Amino acid sequence: MTHPLALRMHGVALHFPARREPLRSFKEWAIARLRGRPDSGVFWALKGVDLELGQGDTLGVVGRNGAGKSTLLRLAAGIIPPSRGEVHIWGSVAPVIELSAGFDRELTGRENVLFNGSLLGMSRRQMLAKMDEIVAFAQLEEVIDAPLRTYSSGMLARLAFAVATSVRADTVLLDEVLAVGDQFFRSRCHARIAEMCAQGTTLVLVSHDLATIANLCRRAVWLDEGRIVAAGSTAEVLAAYRGSATPTQACS
Amino acid sequence: MAAPVAPRVVRAGQRPTLGRECAEVWTRWELLVNLVVRDLTVRYKRSLLGFLWSFLHPLIFMVVLTLVFGTLFAQRTPNYSAYLLSAYLAFQYFLQTTTKAMASMAWNGPLLKRIYVPASIFPLSVAISGLVNLYLSFLPMFLVMAVLGVPFSWSLLFLPVGGLLLFGFVLGCSFGLCSLAVYFDDVRLMYEAGIYSVMYLTPIFYPLEIVPEKFRPIIFANPLYYYCELIRQPVFSGQLPPGHTILVAVIWAVVMLMVGWQVLRRMSPGFFRHL
Repeated sequence: MTHPLALRMHGVALHFPARREPLRSFKEWAIARLRGRPDSGVFWALKGVDLELGQGDTLGVVGRNGAGKSTLLRLAAGIIPPSRGEVHIWGSVAPVIELSAGFDRELTGRENVLFNGSLLGMSRRQMLAKMDEIVAFAQLEEVIDAPLRTYSSGMLARLAFAVATSVRADTVLLDEVLAVGDQFFRSRCHARIAEMCAQGTTLVLVSHDLATIANLCRRAVWLDEGRIVAAGSTAEVLAAYRGSATPTQACS
Repeated sequence: MAAPVAPRVVRAGQRPTLGRECAEVWTRWELLVNLVVRDLTVRYKRSLLGFLWSFLHPLIFMVVLTLVFGTLFAQRTPNYSAYLLSAYLAFQYFLQTTTKAMASMAWNGPLLKRIYVPASIFPLSVAISGLVNLYLSFLPMFLVMAVLGVPFSWSLLFLPVGGLLLFGFVLGCSFGLCSLAVYFDDVRLMYEAGIYSVMYLTPIFYPLEIVPEKFRPIIFANPLYYYCELIRQPVFSGQLPPGHTILVAVIWAVVMLMVGWQVLRRMSPGFFRHL
C-alpha cells in the first residue's frame, strides 16, 4: 500500500542571518550583543511555500538566481529544517544537489562509488552489484582504480551523476546537474532521467535550462523571492516565466 | 515503487531525539564503517610503509619519551616508562579525537548541506577510529615494556575495558565541542591552547607524589586523571585500577555523554547556517 503523495510542504519558510558573514567568533558575537541587535536582520530565503507532489509526478522549478530554488530542494530532501511550517516526505529521497560533495580525492574511483553509495544509504553489496553499470555509464573503465585526484572535472561529474542516479529512490531531486559533461553525456543523462520517470520515480528538477524542464516535467512552479508566483502545467508556467523577463533580459 | 504510508515529517523547531538519532545512525552502519576505515587508512594512502605507521608513530614517540623523561624521574618512580607511556596513550586518544571531531565538522560541512546525514555520525566515527588506534598502540607499548623488562600481568586484560570507558567520555566531549565549534571558530582555537595546559595539569609525565598535598584537589577534579589511571594501573603496577577510580570514570563518561548529546541536539538543526 502506498500513499498517493510523495511530498507535501505546508507554509514552509526559511531564514538565514542577513549579514554577509555569519558570526564566527566570540568577539563579533559579543559586539553584536552589546549593540543590542544580536540577530538584527534576517534574510528569508523562502517565505511560506505550499506544495504537494504526487507519486510519479515530475516537477520543474524555475526562477532567477536567489529565488530560493536550491533551498526548496534541500527542504524537500529533509536536509535542513524549515524555520516555519512543515515538510512531509513519503518514501526515500535521493538529493542530487552538488554531485561531488561526498567524494574523497585520495580514494580510487571504485572506493568512492562504494563510499558515496553508503552515504545514499546503499549497502556495499548493492553497490558492488551496480558497479559495472555505473562505471560503464560514466565511461571510466580505464581509470576507475586510480585515485580521484587524477580525474578531470568532467570525469568527476560523470562519475558523480552515474552514482547518484544508480540509487533508485522513490523521489529524485536534481539541482542543475544535467549541465555536466559534453553533449553526448548530457543526452544520455536525459535518457536516464526520462527512463526513471517512466518507471514511476517522482522527480523535482531545478534548472535554468527551460528546454530541459519542458522535456522532462509535466508540472512546474515559478519561484520568485521565496514565493511561488505561478504553478501549473509546464507550458503555462514557462510561458509566464518567459513573459516576465524585461526586454534586455529577453535579448540575452 | 512502494513508498511507506507513514511520512517523514520535518517541522520547524524540531530537534533530533536520542531514539531517532540512534536509528538514523544504525541504518547507516555501513557509512559509519566506511568513515572509520577511511579515517584509519587514508592518512597513509600515499606513504610507502602505509598502515605500519599506526604502530611506528607511537613507537618512535614512546622511545623518545622514555629516553628523555626516564632519566629525569627514574629515581622516584620505578618502571617509569610504563608509568609514562600508558597514561600518555590515554591522553593522546582524548586530545586527538576531540581535536579531530571539531575538524570533522568543517571537512564534512559540504556533505551535511547536500544530503541528509545524522550529524552525530562524524564525531562518532572519529571516536571509534581513535579507539581502534588506541588499541593498536597497545601493541608497540607491549613491545617497549618487553624490551625494558616491565613485568606483564593478567590485569592488562582490563585495558580494553578502560579504553571503552574513555571512549564514552571522549565521545561525549566530542559531541559538545564539535557542535560549539560549528558556531564559533574560537572554540577550536581556545581549545587547542587550553588542552595543553590540561595536559600538564594531568600527572602524565610526572608522578602524582611530587604534587604538593594542597594542590592535589586540582588533579582529582580533572576527569582525565581517572582515565589515565585506568590505563596506567594495569601496565605500571600490574593491578586493576581501584574501584573508586573506575566508578568516577563511569560517572564522568555518563555525564559527558548526556551533556554532549544535549548540546548536539540543540545546536545541530542550525548547523547548515554556519557550515
